[in-house]
Amino acid sequence: MDFRTVPTICSYCGCGCGMLLEVLDGTVISTLPMKTHPVSQGSLCIKGWNIHEFINSDQRLKHPLVRKNGQQVQATWDEALDAAAQGLRRIVDQHGPDAVAILASAKVTNEENFLLNKFSRAAIGTNNIDHCARL
Amino acid sequence: MVGLAAAFGSGAMTNSLPELEDAKVIFITGSNTTENHPIAAKWIFRAKAKGAKIIVADPRWIQMSDLADIAVQQRLGTDVALLNGLMHIILKEGWQDQAYIDERTEGFPELAAKLEEYPPDKVAQITGIDASTLRRMAEMFAKEKPASIVYCMGITQHTTGVDNVKSLANLAMITGNVGFASAGVNPLRGQNNVQGACDMGGLPNVFSGYQPVADETANAKFSKAWGRELPNKPGLTILEMFNGIDDGKIKALYVVGENPMLSDPDLHHVESSLKKVELLIVQDIFPTQTARMAHVVLPGACFAEKEGTFSNTERRVLLVRQAIPPVGESRPDWEIIRDLSTRFGYPMNYQSPEEIFEEIKSLTPSYAGMSYARLADKGLQWPCPTPEHPGTVFLHKDRFTRGKGAFSVIPYKPPAEVIDADYPMWLSTGRTFVHYHTGTMTRVSPSLHQEQAEGYVEINPADARTMKIKDGERIKVSSRRGEIQIKAKLSPKVDRGVVFIPFHFAETAANMLTNPAFDPAAKIPELKVCAVKVEKLAA
Repeated sequence: MDFRTVPTICSYCGCGCGMLLEVLDGTVISTLPMKTHPVSQGSLCIKGWNIHEFINSDQRLKHPLVRKNGQQVQATWDEALDAAAQGLRRIVDQHGPDAVAILASAKVTNEENFLLNKFSRAAIGTNNIDHCARL
Repeated sequence: MVGLAAAFGSGAMTNSLPELEDAKVIFITGSNTTENHPIAAKWIFRAKAKGAKIIVADPRWIQMSDLADIAVQQRLGTDVALLNGLMHIILKEGWQDQAYIDERTEGFPELAAKLEEYPPDKVAQITGIDASTLRRMAEMFAKEKPASIVYCMGITQHTTGVDNVKSLANLAMITGNVGFASAGVNPLRGQNNVQGACDMGGLPNVFSGYQPVADETANAKFSKAWGRELPNKPGLTILEMFNGIDDGKIKALYVVGENPMLSDPDLHHVESSLKKVELLIVQDIFPTQTARMAHVVLPGACFAEKEGTFSNTERRVLLVRQAIPPVGESRPDWEIIRDLSTRFGYPMNYQSPEEIFEEIKSLTPSYAGMSYARLADKGLQWPCPTPEHPGTVFLHKDRFTRGKGAFSVIPYKPPAEVIDADYPMWLSTGRTFVHYHTGTMTRVSPSLHQEQAEGYVEINPADARTMKIKDGERIKVSSRRGEIQIKAKLSPKVDRGVVFIPFHFAETAANMLTNPAFDPAAKIPELKVCAVKVEKLAA
């Protein structure tokens, strides 16, 4: 039996509460509040207490999908990334970089948003990048 | 963000959540704090226990209204009138902090002249709050310090969202409440890393750290670092992107961790736009309504399956640690973006999120003093410019980021759509304590699903009686944009003539009804107010 608790940060609202994920044999089985966190100080809301339930949901996306003949079918990473990259390349070559738009995410990490900002501006060459802070 | 940036020079929450505990007055408006930010609400409860006065202005009677010393229900979309009215009274009574106004701000005479137009009787007519209550609110807010303002989407999701925020900034500045502990103007961020997405340049007009793409020096710095000449004309906002698809200008859309098919106003329009786009790439952890329409779906890893940082609502950068490997074949989003970029023809070689963070630091002055080692304990609040800097608990001490605080002259404007004979009731939308945004995470959680399995429309019991609608009965709610069938929930939380629908539920999607008219400056849609018709279903 491999049991660990991993300190991390809740991914729901903007409070940024500290939490301990209880991990048993590679599965997150429960969530505990973190007493030493400066904002949450040992509290979590009902969503935070139950956050492990969505991690384990069987509805999670587990494979890349590519649309073929109108249907989304399971694909390898190579197929999916090539479809995405070649599709973007074709559109940039035909219509210019401003024919591409990117929605960054208030859910993913700073590092990932930074890369999206770099991908948009340096790789594609467009400032058409926004996210749902307005919504 | 646009509103606060104009007034103060920085769009972020001015103060920190734990500071709320020591406020003498807290004015909560357009934030259903106990349901949407329960842990922020905890700090407000502590303030109350220490004797703070609580003022709540919200069109619904929310849980915080029960706690408040004064709670009012202004009519939907009348926030500017309310705030101008409060400031009118403050100036008439001489309760303003004139020394602070003279020393720290500019534009006061113009504001004062405009406020003459908002005497209590007129404001009472617009807002539905009587003149004596307005006076008590103004007195309670102005007479003790520090006073903190807490707001959320109830303020910003209007065609006048920026005006609303600027008016709150006006109120905080005329009472001398910006630049001090436990004071300030404090927008509560609705998503875990909205702050970070903004900080990192997930916006059409700025690089990371709000460095404008149109600024020559900033553009040259990033162009050099990234080995490309970068575009210097600001790009399209989210709603402009959808209009761009309709016009045939936008051919490809790459969506990461977003579900515009449920969160955006006027879903029929969003759906028809997404169908038109030549290439739709969606990267998400769930097969959302948006992902189902995609040409390519890239499965990302969730927060428990990767490393990185989030920036919370109080600008605190916090370390996210990996607990388990990504499920199935899903991959951390940073790896997906890296590999997509390389295949597109712009190679990226990052081996870890920490390596990316080092690049962020080198290009973003407000993050320059941070490191994963320094973040490991309690995180750090930006600006943190040097490795010795302790981080910044509250902003604008002694001096505003932009120099002087700028007052704005804001006239009241009614909402874009108002009630009429065809659509005689007001609709407002929002979240509940159990669910989150479009529900992709919370609705698959058995414990949360059990608490609240389906959507509903809150309707005042008196209105329900008139229309012979019973609690739990399915009814029809329609607007100029669409219609839904949904269960009625009789509730005195909403005033007569107003209904409220939480937007988490795809099968009873509130955003089938909402109005995509948006604020001209921030481009935020008016999700909080539109006109609807409520009817019984045919027997």
